[in-house]
Amino acid sequence: MNAILLIARRELAGYFRTWLGYIIIAAVLVLDGLLFNAFALGSGMDRKSSEVISQFFFFSSGVTMTASVFISMRLLAAERESGTVNLLYSSPVRDFEIVLGKYLAALGFLAILLGASVYMPAMVLVAGKISWGHVFAGYFGLLLLGAAALAVGTFGSAVTRSQILAVILSAVMVVALLVMWWVGRVTDRPLSNVFENLALWSLHFPPFQAGIIHLRDVIYYVAISYVALFASVRVLEARRWR
Amino acid sequence: MTTAPSTDICFAPMIEVEGLTKYYGEHAAIRDLSFTINKGEVIGFLGLNGAGKSTTLRVLGAVLLPTAGRVKIDGLDLATDPHEVRKRIGFLPDVPPLYNEMTVGAYLAFVAQLRGVPSEMIEARVREAEQKTALSEVHEDVIGTLSHGYRQRVGVAQALVHKPALLILDEPTSGLDPNQIREMRNLIRGLKGEHTVLLSSHILTEVSQTCDRLLIIDEGKLVAQGTEAELSKGSGAAVEIEVAAGGADKAKTALAAVDGVRGIDVISSSQLRVQAAPDLRPALVRALVGANVDVLRVDRAASQLESIFTELTA
Repeated sequence: MNAILLIARRELAGYFRTWLGYIIIAAVLVLDGLLFNAFALGSGMDRKSSEVISQFFFFSSGVTMTASVFISMRLLAAERESGTVNLLYSSPVRDFEIVLGKYLAALGFLAILLGASVYMPAMVLVAGKISWGHVFAGYFGLLLLGAAALAVGTFGSAVTRSQILAVILSAVMVVALLVMWWVGRVTDRPLSNVFENLALWSLHFPPFQAGIIHLRDVIYYVAISYVALFASVRVLEARRWR
Repeated sequence: MTTAPSTDICFAPMIEVEGLTKYYGEHAAIRDLSFTINKGEVIGFLGLNGAGKSTTLRVLGAVLLPTAGRVKIDGLDLATDPHEVRKRIGFLPDVPPLYNEMTVGAYLAFVAQLRGVPSEMIEARVREAEQKTALSEVHEDVIGTLSHGYRQRVGVAQALVHKPALLILDEPTSGLDPNQIREMRNLIRGLKGEHTVLLSSHILTEVSQTCDRLLIIDEGKLVAQGTEAELSKGSGAAVEIEVAAGGADKAKTALAAVDGVRGIDVISSSQLRVQAAPDLRPALVRALVGANVDVLRVDRAASQLESIFTELTA
């Protein structure tokens, strides 16, 4: 079997062999549920269905980014902590295959996690109509946003052997990417344009939330993921020279 | 791509190391190491803790890249063809690389797949590896629940599950009890013939009983190599002396004056090791009594090899 898929399968199963996977799923569903109840549904019954769904994707994006940092923390850090990285290093597997396998497992886990929350927008059906296109676009956006955060988290997990340090590092990097929109606001053109477009959320996520898929937003999230994963592979390679 | 089959021709080199050097920052862990290991040999890699054993094995296990020097394994250059080399080796690092949440069987199957065993042969190879390492009864057990001895054996099993031409074992007996050490020794001896084995240790007796040839390393340099007999030729034997507690320093002064003594190591406040022929024992005792030191015991050093080791790494 392909080494990437082999590593990914083992890692994905690992989420469910330990408590970590269940804890993350439970925490995310509780948080999503509370937020859905409190904000998306609101107090009055006069909300439009599309508004409720848009609100759902708004807070889900925050929960997804937070969850991604925790999902990715163990990927490479735990391998170094326990010494199992030496198994991968001495096997006929290339460094990019290690990183991609790990990343795919995390992405698969995120997809399961997102899939488990579909009942919330579906609940709108009880009292209104639902645009499945809107729901699809929103989930696609969540997956892309999560993919980028996971890639950053993979990099955070690659540079340290402590999972706690990995979480902190990844969170700092994600927050740094988020506040780029603010940096954009306090700088002059053309710098402000660059920063605004670099921001992880402000320009690129709202279209998905509203049910619109722009190619440039897709490309942005894919590019962020690519850069972070590329850096992770380089870190792994550098370890061999240490 | 080079896919030269690993034939069983003896005396063909399995490992050729030339001028191997590894720096960690400013610190040289190994310096200018050169040696050759032939196919089918069981080699003991001997050195004190921190001598550079693990670093050397990690380079040979294709985990670390050397700072300088050339390594060829089964005729393949490690620098230009690491992927092919990795298919031919099984490596047990100093800490067994185990996924605690997996069962023994699932873990070994994963490793076999990772190392390119065809899927229809995996089940058989896992069973075979478990049989060799006496793990069959824990096939379904979760690794995290196993005792240290079992974990070490799972570590060996993962190294040989894909039947590599070369097995590299870093301290395979560390932390095992005497019975388990004996079992491990038998296991390693049983691997001879099918694999070339390179194992490291800082325990001499263990290595001398298991290995065909020894490489002795000290402070990152190769200080001697050969069979136990070859190594002991060039060195004199040693005498162990036990005196009343606290008398070791006084004894050392007295012994230093005796003709034929080549060196004295104070082991503790009551124990000394004297580099001298065993024939010299009466003279040594006379010197000690003359200096008013109470002698409790005078012995030929337990292991010939141990005195060689002390001499070479002192």
